[in-house]
Amino acid sequence: MPVFEEILSRIQSDLSDSLLKSELYRGETTLYIKKQDIVSVCKKLKSDFGFNFLADVLGTDRFTDDDRFEVIYHLRNLTEAWFLRLVVLVDEKDLAVDTVSSVWKTANWEEREVFDMYGIKFNHHPDLRRMYMPQDFEYYPLRKEFPLIGIEGSIPLPAKE
Amino acid sequence: MPTEKQPKSTDELLRLLEDEHTFVTLEGGDALDTEMVINMGPSHPATHGVLRIVLKMNGETITQAIPELGYLHRAMEKLAENKSYHEFMPYTDRLDYMMPYSNNVALCLAVEKAAGITVPERAQVIRTIACELARISSHLLWLGSMVMDTGALTLFLHTFREREKIYDIFDLLTGARFTVSHSRIGGLASDISPEAISALKSFIKQFPAQVQSWEKLLNRNKIFLQRTVGIGYIDAEMATDMGLSGPNLRASGVKWDLRKKVPYLKYDSVQFDVPTSTDGDSYARYYMRILEMYESVSIIEQLLDRIPEGPVRADYAKQVYPWKSEVYHTMEGLIHDFMLTDWGVCPEKGQVYHAIESSKGELGFFIQSDGTGHPWRLKIRSPSFVNLQSLPYLLEGSQMADTVVIIGSLDPVMGEADK
Repeated sequence: MPVFEEILSRIQSDLSDSLLKSELYRGETTLYIKKQDIVSVCKKLKSDFGFNFLADVLGTDRFTDDDRFEVIYHLRNLTEAWFLRLVVLVDEKDLAVDTVSSVWKTANWEEREVFDMYGIKFNHHPDLRRMYMPQDFEYYPLRKEFPLIGIEGSIPLPAKE
Repeated sequence: MPTEKQPKSTDELLRLLEDEHTFVTLEGGDALDTEMVINMGPSHPATHGVLRIVLKMNGETITQAIPELGYLHRAMEKLAENKSYHEFMPYTDRLDYMMPYSNNVALCLAVEKAAGITVPERAQVIRTIACELARISSHLLWLGSMVMDTGALTLFLHTFREREKIYDIFDLLTGARFTVSHSRIGGLASDISPEAISALKSFIKQFPAQVQSWEKLLNRNKIFLQRTVGIGYIDAEMATDMGLSGPNLRASGVKWDLRKKVPYLKYDSVQFDVPTSTDGDSYARYYMRILEMYESVSIIEQLLDRIPEGPVRADYAKQVYPWKSEVYHTMEGLIHDFMLTDWGVCPEKGQVYHAIESSKGELGFFIQSDGTGHPWRLKIRSPSFVNLQSLPYLLEGSQMADTVVIIGSLDPVMGEADK
């Protein structure tokens, strides 16, 4: 059974063109990927390195001026039990990432959730609708500027008798 | 194989309908011939909560299914960002309300990983036992309701009788029957009592015989087999691609269990099997869970005899709550208690993900810490949410009556799927 460290160095050399930086924290490897290369990187990781299971896709709001949002992918290789985290930085001026739902079908709903909560659009997504909030909801609730108490009138209540 | 036939007359139609293996299709201006859209849920007894599915029907066959979520969305992740890690604990009870204990443990493990806290052996063993007990409790509820979905109401009472015993054990172990909130960051709220151990022992002694009697009732039951065998088939590749996890994935033939492959708690010190099947249908998903209950009993059995002596909470007052006796009688204890309540556990800046094998699948907590007592971002990877995504694939092409069986076989909990 190949050791993950060897595989990781192979991944890093194979993806060196798309890789911005890599981190190791608490035994978990994080690779920062260039935004335009995410689909090709995912395809390569799935076909060449057996990352056949997409555990999760999530967004985060860093609340910075540049590269405000992150889209994070948790990948698993079910035969070797490897775990890898990919991070794509998304700037507020260009809120769109290519969808990876063509690589793993799981990404469909996961990306819808990110879109619902942060307003990050996924190009070529088969069904980009809001996941939890009402379809006509105007705000993106997990952004840091959205107040915990909600915004008055954002969800209309039935009129009083 | 069913054959498709078009009746020429009413007499022929009635005759054809008597044969269960024939599909009857009608042409012309008949109401049954046109496609029909049925709205199922969000308030429907068989959707296990508030799941809404819009079904497009061609006669009895489902041509399209669109699940709609969000009717139980309580903004768990937004709340987590505004609470300290300890304050968020009771919210996790309400995620997958079938097995609250595991949710507490999953959160604690993630926070402990982020903060680098080592949990004493005794606490880890008790957590493992309680997690397996919670798994049995969750599978019992699932078994009762899934068999009820196929039309058999009696078994629900049998499984709930056993579940009641588990509630009693949780009461002895944690002080609460349902929403336990017993785990603490760095250990447990209280130690296991000798009464709880003896209650556990007497429970696991009689429990496997109960499951065997249910197996006798179901395994070769003709009606149950007709409702489940071959219904909602998904193969291994598709199941992996769809992100199914837990018993649903193992029923399709993928031998993946986080307890074995990425061991946490004390799972690497016990012997247990990971049951798999290659059938991939509702019956396989049923049978995997039955077998898992036996394995859980065996894990509890092995661990009960070797609970090590020692503390159940780490002795590190900067990040782990001190015991109340210390808080009330020492100045340092009081200060630390105040500090932890006010500031909370402050993990270093960084991001971690920790997943456990819950009864539904991979339950993961992703924590992004900015060094303060509140998580900057906390994401819950809920297995029910991802498992539900395969519903359109499983439903399309199957019969209307199988909808509830397929939903039941996936074992979704909307509290977790909607977060």
